[in-house]
Amino acid sequence: MPQEIIEVAFELPSMEVVSYLCKGCGLCVTHCPQKCIEFSDQFNELGYKYAQYKGEGCTGCGICFYCCPEPGAIKVYKKVRE
Amino acid sequence: MQRELIKGNEAVIKGALLAGCSHYFGYPITPASEIAQAAAYYFPLLGGTFVQAESEIAAINMVYGASGAGARVMTASSGPGLSLKQEGISYLAGAQLPCVIVDVMRAGPGLGNIWPEQGDYNQMVKGGGHGNYKNIVLAPNSAQEMCDLTILAFDLADQYLNPCVVLTDAYIGQMMEPVEFPSTRKQAPYKEWALYADDKTKSNLVTSIFMNTHLLEEHNFKLQDKYNEIQRTEVRYELLNADDADIVLIGYGIVSRILLNVMENFRANGKKVGLLRPITLFPFPIDIIGNMAQKGVNFLVAELSNGQMVDDVRLAVNGKSDVYLYSRMGGAVPSVKDIEEALSQYI
Amino acid sequence: MKASVLQKPKAFYDKFERKGGSQLETTHYCPGCGHGILHKLIAEALADFDMADRTILISPVGCSVFAYYYFDTGNIQVAHGRAPAVATGLKRVHHNGIVISYQGDGDLAAIGGDEILQAANRGENITVFFVNNAIYGMTGGQMAPTTLVGQKTTTSPYGRKPENEGYPIRMSEIIATLEAPVYVERTALIDFKTINRTKRAVRKALQNQIENKGFSFIEVLSPCPTGWKMTPPDSQKWIEQNMIPYFPLKVFKDISDSATPFTYTDRTYSDSEVLNILGLSQLGERKKVDQSFLENFPTQNMKIAGFGGQGVLSAGVVMAACAMNENLEVSWIPSYGPEMRGGTANCSVILSHHRIGSPLTTNPNVLIVMNTPSLDAFEDDVVKDGLIIVNSSIVDREVKRKDVDVIYIPLTEIASRLGVVAAANMVCLGAYLEYTKIMDYKLLYDTIPIALKKKSLIDLNIKAVDEGVKYIREHYPRS
Ligand SMILES: Cc1ncc(C[n+]2csc(CCOP(=O)(O)OP(=O)(O)O)c2C)c(N)n1
Ligand code: SF4
Ligand code: SF4
Ligand code: SF4
Ligand code: SF4
Repeated sequence: MPQEIIEVAFELPSMEVVSYLCKGCGLCVTHCPQKCIEFSDQFNELGYKYAQYKGEGCTGCGICFYCCPEPGAIKVYKKVRE
Repeated sequence: MQRELIKGNEAVIKGALLAGCSHYFGYPITPASEIAQAAAYYFPLLGGTFVQAESEIAAINMVYGASGAGARVMTASSGPGLSLKQEGISYLAGAQLPCVIVDVMRAGPGLGNIWPEQGDYNQMVKGGGHGNYKNIVLAPNSAQEMCDLTILAFDLADQYLNPCVVLTDAYIGQMMEPVEFPSTRKQAPYKEWALYADDKTKSNLVTSIFMNTHLLEEHNFKLQDKYNEIQRTEVRYELLNADDADIVLIGYGIVSRILLNVMENFRANGKKVGLLRPITLFPFPIDIIGNMAQKGVNFLVAELSNGQMVDDVRLAVNGKSDVYLYSRMGGAVPSVKDIEEALSQYI
Repeated sequence: MKASVLQKPKAFYDKFERKGGSQLETTHYCPGCGHGILHKLIAEALADFDMADRTILISPVGCSVFAYYYFDTGNIQVAHGRAPAVATGLKRVHHNGIVISYQGDGDLAAIGGDEILQAANRGENITVFFVNNAIYGMTGGQMAPTTLVGQKTTTSPYGRKPENEGYPIRMSEIIATLEAPVYVERTALIDFKTINRTKRAVRKALQNQIENKGFSFIEVLSPCPTGWKMTPPDSQKWIEQNMIPYFPLKVFKDISDSATPFTYTDRTYSDSEVLNILGLSQLGERKKVDQSFLENFPTQNMKIAGFGGQGVLSAGVVMAACAMNENLEVSWIPSYGPEMRGGTANCSVILSHHRIGSPLTTNPNVLIVMNTPSLDAFEDDVVKDGLIIVNSSIVDREVKRKDVDVIYIPLTEIASRLGVVAAANMVCLGAYLEYTKIMDYKLLYDTIPIALKKKSLIDLNIKAVDEGVKYIREHYPRS
């Protein structure tokens, strides 16, 4: 499937929770096989304790993306083979 | 052009096809079934679509879909079926979708019988479903008008983005009369608001939801403005022998045919009787009635219902003259004599 | 470093402007709601197939009523349960469109039960996504047709009881019994495996429509944490433990590979083709008719009565058409309905130079009776000096009235001598015109074909007219 290719400065693979779009449902936290997503202690502007990437361990499997009900809350970055 | 001897119900379908109608969705019911049968026969021959739906509810929602898709589309039924369609008609009116709905009225309430009545007046003219809406309602009284007013109904529906009802009765539907048809077929117009399943129209939304109360109120006011404009510009009626009349008979559909004989017979005896036949029931010919009432003209309203249209006449008359009601129900259609007897009490 | 990004699919709007308010990038769904997951799978498939432009998505009534906030497709919002009927209307207009009916369990399996069954049964070339969350989410957690036995909802506060509300309904199983659907599968949204399976089902269901293969139906067991009063992860476990045993995940039907694709032909018709098809092209110009004929024409208020099969209705039609061709005004109205079944039939016919008022002849000046009950029924209605034509082959009594003109003519006998009993009506019309001289009886010759299904009988019917004329000349000669 055609995915956007961008230039990034962080290590790959990786993921990002767009914190202000997260409803804190925890499905990503539950289903990440690497257990590399956690809840923040902070509340976002929606009033939820949002999910966040622990910073390491992501394999770029995409499971969290598909388990998340919010269209834009999760992004998963994978290395592009050049 | 020479005329074809044809049933009113079939004239509807030939008229619809000549108006550029491409889709028909319906469910059989006496005395409207010939409309569905004619549609089933002719629509496929002209590349159109006929679907016998599982119910009138489904039929009107298929109409909703096809109308949202930009097609000229119609359905037809009779009282019990129209009752089922009311939810859909409310949605059509709310979403401002054009369509043509033919109601060949039979007698009620309940299953009633299949003889002519006009007891659907209130449900078709006043709204019928939920919310603050109105249908445009045309009332043919001949096979010729079954064709002509069906064609007009498509134009008015598209012009005002509103359901347009052809309100007729079992006799007008079942009767055969000569009809002159137009010799060219109209093209369904392109509708910028509709969904054509393409990139140009994909930003369109067909809906009747407005979650914000202010927006919904605004939408409702917009609808009322539209109905007011229709009231101002689309009133149609036939007025005969009114200039010197002491009393004017008012009736639509089959009743107006009987009233024509009544009027002629009274005139032949030197009695000053006129006839007003509303062709549009919404918009109702309020002004002409008001003007006559102002001059002291009285009215005899004859209807095959329990005094439904007479309410509109009374509102137009506004107490300025006398309004009498001759009401028959249950499928009993009065003879010319019956109405003459009633009329002689008032003249 | 170059990275590929898995993110919000392009078939979603960037900003959900229609939602209004300040949260224009989040959905209105509760945290952990399955609707959001399924939306994402559909949007991704539409984007990947490059089909969003051609898609019309139907927003139902239920929590997904606002699906149109999100999908960058054509959108239409519809009444509760009616999405499959609306989809039918849309698809029948735009064969090239991708029409998606998205529905909840109350919408699809309760109030819209018939619409979905019949759309499936017609094999509409559409895709249906059915979100089964065993509850009415939008209205506050009431019982759904798919609510499990014992499950507590706000309208089954003691748990669903089969003796009061029956058992949960298995829609996929029901739909799969129908002949037309090409693909029916039930999936779930409880973990990556089931979500991935759903993703494939969504794509296949859409692909089927793109290839015009017909009706595809995907039922998705979907969490409603709010209605169930559970955390989102617990909701998924609840589906696994309680719903799946009753609603097995399965492909119930898949004939996608062998289905013959729909073919659509769209063509336009010229005016002359249209008129031809509508049977209007042969009508031609109106005949020129002598004005004095019209002005002197005595209005005929006719009643023609008999039993079914004696051709009383078609006699009326032929007479009316014949007069119409002479530029007269005419009307014809039958008795109809259950009355027609096996019993008597009659019609009123009016022929006049003037505009016709009531088409009903309560007091005819011409009464034609083909059988005795008809004479009994209508004899008294005839106006003074009117004409009664009696089929003396069948009517077994004389007319009692002394103030009317009467013709007795053995219509049935004459017709059966010609070999067609059914032509008695034409014998009658010949006699009627010859006796009254209101029109030349030969004018009937041209109109007989319109009332005859079997064109081979035209000549015999013309002969029947002539026989009627002959009988009048012999038995009722005019001095
Ligand atoms: C004719 C009609 N009856 C009732 C309602 C109220 N109503 C709105 S949504 C709904 C239930 C929807 O439940 P479901 O289809 O299961 O969808 P969910 O909300 O669970 O996604 C009902 C009964 C309505 N809008 N229209
Ligand atoms: S992509 Fe896979 S590994 Fe990475 S965070 Fe998401 S679920 Fe975990
Ligand atoms: S699944 Fe999505 S909404 Fe839920 S916690 Fe994770 S990022 Fe937030
Ligand atoms: S009530 Fe249930 S179905 Fe509705 S949005 Fe909330 S979780 Fe989803
Ligand atoms: S045969 Fe029976 S079912 Fe058929 S039309 Fe007659 S009464 Fe009705």
